[in-house]
Order: sequence, then C-alpha cells, then structure tokens
Amino acid sequence: MKAPRFHYVRPESLEGVLQLLAEHGEDARILAGGQSLMPTLNMRLSQPKVLIDINRIDSLKGIALRDGMVRIGALARHVEVQNSALVVEKLPLIAEAMPHVAHVAVRNRGTFGGSIALADPSAEMPACVLALGASIVVESVRGRRTIAADDFFTGLYETAREPDELLVEVLIPPQQPDHVSVFMELSRRHGDFAIAGLACYARVAGELINEARLAYFGTETRPVLATRTMASVNGKVWSTASHGAVDAALGEDLDPIPNTFGSAAMKLHHQRVLTRRALDAAVQRARA
Amino acid sequence: MSLEETATIELTVNGEQVSAVVPVRQHLVDFLRTEIGLTGSHIGCEHGICGACSVRVDGAVVRGCLMLAVQADGATVETIEGLTDTGEIADLQEKFVERNALQCGYCTPGMLMTAAELLKAGEPATREDIREFLSGNFCRCTGYHAIVDAVDATLKQRLSR
Repeated sequence: MKAPRFHYVRPESLEGVLQLLAEHGEDARILAGGQSLMPTLNMRLSQPKVLIDINRIDSLKGIALRDGMVRIGALARHVEVQNSALVVEKLPLIAEAMPHVAHVAVRNRGTFGGSIALADPSAEMPACVLALGASIVVESVRGRRTIAADDFFTGLYETAREPDELLVEVLIPPQQPDHVSVFMELSRRHGDFAIAGLACYARVAGELINEARLAYFGTETRPVLATRTMASVNGKVWSTASHGAVDAALGEDLDPIPNTFGSAAMKLHHQRVLTRRALDAAVQRARA
Repeated sequence: MSLEETATIELTVNGEQVSAVVPVRQHLVDFLRTEIGLTGSHIGCEHGICGACSVRVDGAVVRGCLMLAVQADGATVETIEGLTDTGEIADLQEKFVERNALQCGYCTPGMLMTAAELLKAGEPATREDIREFLSGNFCRCTGYHAIVDAVDATLKQRLSR
C-alpha cells in the first residue's frame, strides 16, 4: 500500500508542464488534487515513470466569468467550486451536484479539471459539463484547442485529450433564464460512488419540455448523452402518459454494465426511476 | 529507477518549522508518523476511504494518505497533536469522553479533525448535516450515534456562547 518509485517534478510554469508532457507523454501522469491518482499509486494500479505536480501553476486556478462563459480553471478545488457565488448563480446544476462529490476532505483537495480529465464513469462533474454543453480546453506545446464536452468522453477513463495535452480550463455556458436544471444520484451512502445518476438541463414552460439535455453517469463506461430519450421528451408535455416512451428510449440509449451494485436490468430501472423524478422536479422548479 | 528519489522539504508542523529529506513517493501521514513521530494521525486504508489519516493542510482538512509529503513543502500542517495542544477542540474532546463517542479509538483523531472543520465554520448544523459532514470518516465500533451526539452537543454549546 505504498506508492511505487517515480520521478517527481513540480514545474513552476505552464510551459514547463507542457514541455514535460511533450517529452514523456504516456509515461507521465499529471498530479493535480490526487484524490483518484494517489489511491491508484498506493495500490500500485498505476506506475508512472514521471509524476508532474501542477499544483503551483497559478494560471490554472480560479473561477470567473469570461466572455459570457463561466471559466473554471483546471486546478479549482471542488470546495472552491462549491462555495463560489458565481457557480451558485450561473451554474445551479453544478452547485446541486457538488455536495455529492465524495466527502469534505476529498473536496478540499480534489480538482474540477482532474475530475473531467480522469473521466471516471461514476463521477458527477463529467455528466454535468456534458448536460450543460460545456467546452473543455486543452493545451500542449503544439498549441491550444477546445473540445466540446459532447466529443470529449470517448470511453472508460478515455477522453479526446492527447497524452501530451493538459486540460487547462472548462468553459461553461451559464444557465439560461428559461431553463431549469436537476441533478439526481443514487448511492449506497452519502459521498459513495454513484450506482446511477443523471444531470438534466432543459427549457421548461409549464409542463412543456424543450431542448432537454440528459447526461447519465454511473451505469455506462462513460457519461452518456441520451439522445433518443431527449428526443422523446423534447417538444412534449411531461406527464405520466410520457413514461412509456421515455422508458423505451432510455432502454435504447443505455447499456448498463452489471457489477457488484446490481444487474444491467436493475441499473436501467434505477435510471428510469431517476429520469421520472428528475423531469417531475424540472417541471416543479420551472413553476416555482 | 533503482535509487530512492528524495527531496528536501520545509514546512510548518503544529507551529514548528521542520526541514526534512523525504522520499518523493512517501505520503504525508507516513512522513508525520515515521519521520516526525506524530503518531496521532492513523493509517487505515491508505486509499482515501476511511478518513483515519485526516490532517489539516493550510487550514483545510485533507486525507493525509492522498497527498505526498513532498507536496507539503511550504505548507502549514496541523495534526491531532497540534489541535490538542492549542486547546482548539478541548470542548469537543470532552464531549467525546462524556458521550462515549469512541471505543477502540482508531478513527477518533480523524473524526476530531473533520468535526473541527465543521465547528470552525460556526454555522448551525442539523444532525443530518453532521452525519453528512462526517460521512467520509469510518468508525467500526460506535455506530456513529454517539459521535454525532458529541459533535452536536459541542456545536450547540459553542453557538450558545
């Protein structure tokens, strides 16, 4: 239960980090909050040759409004995101989801960017940025590029980030005044990994739902935007009569992985129940 | 890589300046326990689940096993020994005894470190809030009820002052 040997580097500049990534690529791991990386090191599930500690890079920190988007720096700690008045006002979905991210001591150290870059299939933040249609900005010595959240999560712990690229920030459009958001998660105990969950963002007027984006996590290999399910609710009045069509569409969109938490069928059932609850809540919130 | 890579770190531990040469792969709690002799922070799971290793770094409670000692270079670290010496949580510790909020005591330092952060905020909290706040600290003896009692009683006492 002790980490294997590695070469530890703590660059003082972003250029220094990018240079090291260019040099070492997949042999290097980025150490940000370390709340997922450190356990894998301690259990020797991961044995990187080089550990690049980015905690001293100030340009990766902070949360601010920039060109109409909320910019969350890769190194913003979960606790900073949770306590940010800007996030509470502009990104209520993320504010609602953040208390579900592990526990206080983990949120004090874990980073927003780290959660997105790792792309744990049961993590909350990847699903939130997917539902909100955020953009993920990565940088390497080759330059900077922006990847839509829709294209970022490609598989189990796999993303569109190249091995020499560093996730530097996430740009998230503020919640529109005619939209509502709902976050739902099922876990055995508070702060545990999710068994099932979804992040929902939609334009709701009365019971009429439009432009809904439903991002599911905890049941697939990656956060999944359920496009058929979205099509089945969009442009329609949400009522108990909608349940059948939505349940059927969700069965098409999702292919849950069975594990110790339950069978594929049980997990699909969880997601269906959470979807009903989330859309009920969306209509209630729009009314309020 | 056959040689153990080391680094020199300087940090403040419980108010005292410390300078040490540490293996870069050593986590903070191993450093505190084996190099400094502060054995109050316990090692349970070493992968961030149990909370027995909770320590305060730059004012915030963290998992001591999920941070490298080398990362604490320049930081201010406080352990259960420090919080005990300053008297910051004397009232909480008294309530732990009063309520029998520990049996084997293995989780207690971590429980106290986490509860200290809740108490430091100085905001009212329901029993449910307290349970949520402590949800990252495992106790295998008490069933948590007495621990929540002790934190609840301390918080109420502080808020009534």
